[in-house]
Amino acid sequence: MAYDIMDGVIGRRRRASLDGDRTALARLVIAGLVLALALTVLFSLDSGASDASGWQFLLDAAFPSFDSTLSMRDRVIMIDIRLPRVMLGVLVGASLAVSGAVMQGLFRNPLADPGLIGISAGSSLAAVAVIVLGATVLAPVILVFGSFALPIAAFFGGLATTLLLYRISTRQGRTSVATMLLAGIALAAMAMAFTGLLIFAADDRQLRDLTFWSLGSLSGATWQKIGAVAPIMLLALVATPFLARGLNALALGEATASHLGIPVQRLKYVAIIAVAAATGASVAVSGGIGFVGIVVPHLLRLVIGPDNRFLLPASALLGASLLLLADAVSRTIVAPAELPIGIVTAAAGAPFFLWILLGKRGVLDL
Amino acid sequence: MIEASNVSVSIGRKPIVADIEFAVAPGEFAAIVGPNGSGKTTFLRALSGELACTGTIKINGRDIAAMKSWEAASVRAVLPQATALSFPYTVREIVRLGVLGGRSRAASASSDDLPEKALARVDLGGFAGRLYQELSGGEQQRVQLARVLCQVWLPVLDGVPRYLLLDEPISSLDIKHQLIIMNIARDFAHEGGGVVAILHDLNLTAMFADRIAVMQRGRLAAAGTPRAVLTDRLVSDVFDCALRVDTLPPAGMPFLLPQAAG
Repeated sequence: MAYDIMDGVIGRRRRASLDGDRTALARLVIAGLVLALALTVLFSLDSGASDASGWQFLLDAAFPSFDSTLSMRDRVIMIDIRLPRVMLGVLVGASLAVSGAVMQGLFRNPLADPGLIGISAGSSLAAVAVIVLGATVLAPVILVFGSFALPIAAFFGGLATTLLLYRISTRQGRTSVATMLLAGIALAAMAMAFTGLLIFAADDRQLRDLTFWSLGSLSGATWQKIGAVAPIMLLALVATPFLARGLNALALGEATASHLGIPVQRLKYVAIIAVAAATGASVAVSGGIGFVGIVVPHLLRLVIGPDNRFLLPASALLGASLLLLADAVSRTIVAPAELPIGIVTAAAGAPFFLWILLGKRGVLDL
Repeated sequence: MIEASNVSVSIGRKPIVADIEFAVAPGEFAAIVGPNGSGKTTFLRALSGELACTGTIKINGRDIAAMKSWEAASVRAVLPQATALSFPYTVREIVRLGVLGGRSRAASASSDDLPEKALARVDLGGFAGRLYQELSGGEQQRVQLARVLCQVWLPVLDGVPRYLLLDEPISSLDIKHQLIIMNIARDFAHEGGGVVAILHDLNLTAMFADRIAVMQRGRLAAAGTPRAVLTDRLVSDVFDCALRVDTLPPAGMPFLLPQAAG
């Protein structure tokens, strides 16, 4: 056991470069991740139930003057099915991973995740309510928003939970992160209880919808949906680089961050809103996709360290790539049927995460 | 100049610190001493702007309550008693946070090697690549001090004096490093900055501090030069312990004073 611990420690020392400056390494890793994402996007466009070629499609797009070998049917598959799905995968993957990384920085805890503090649970409750009560109590909502009722409800469910959480844990202008974590767990339990009640009341058809939605899927991707959620997600993603320096200082505690000149209260406020928006929008269009928010930042911290200036963009890139890969698996492994993507991320992510933890057992509490 | 006048702090309904008058001028090293629980840290947290208080606290003539956090960060750096870290940062990454904090960048064209210099100053040269969480308590305390020094690297910037607020900066250190850190603080003051430090070692306090403020049950019991403050009656009363100043131990019993370090 003692040997294991030493081994772990030495392994870590080797990774942190000699002068403790991991900037160059982080830049290299980010460049690599950009390349990886480009390749994954290509691969995702190319793979699917039909044999339409993503390469051919891109060639056509790049050189429109050539005679295309792509049939009309393949072109439709590309533009109306695969392309929006790939874009949605990139947006959702990046949003989930960055939300996780920001939450972890904010709560100073590598296990924090929008799923943990009830934001996802609040989103889910609202979405489940729309599915189950859509024909009765909430019929007016469906009437007004039509097929958008579910994503809109999920988004506002997440936002409402976050604001409630913020009100509970803020006194005299100061937000207690510890209170927020505990209150979040309580709110999540409450939301899950109500969700359970609704599921209990649901009929068979609704249950099928619920199951598919709660396991997560990118299969509903349309340009319309992307148009609805992309601005929200992009705004949240664009805001996060401005949080990086503050989140780094926050690792030393709120008082010290403030002494270093960081406007801590504003930092917390912006971080919470960005996470609520990105998470709410993700849950709204793709249901509950677990594990991306915890695994991706954790993996990257092992390689490039916890500096948020690099961790946040790297998380966005790796999150997007991994979700695209998971989606490629989910739509090809049982083709022509489709597996919910949440099953793939959990089935692949959980054992991988455990494997990493077991390897690092000696230095886990570092 | 840092001036605190009529400062009181209550946490909840409980008054912790009451009616403190305190000032530290540029060029001065002021120590705050007193028994555990006498309100020293609470008062320092008020001085740093972290805790709301009644009365007024001014830094260089400006009320800290009206200063933005980045404005305060450019004139004073704060070393807390203990710092728990949540992620595996390297020592260099921690110290560099100090550079990003204050106006060190404006102070020095070569701010890139400032972390190196600050680490060498606290006798941690060559530690930049180590992970913070693997260091001993004393080493971690010195890394934090290096970070704080980076934030206000020049004691005077653009003619404006800057300040170090240190909460027990030498509590986990061996005697060699206690002396190194106390010398850093004194040099900072001699170069035109101001230092406020909470200390428990009365010998080191007497050796380095220009002025001592003694706290007892949330109030100022005495203030003045070490010679004036450290009297038999005062230390016995404040620390509730029969003590005698300037008295040698019985013959044959070894004793070590920092003043004897060569």
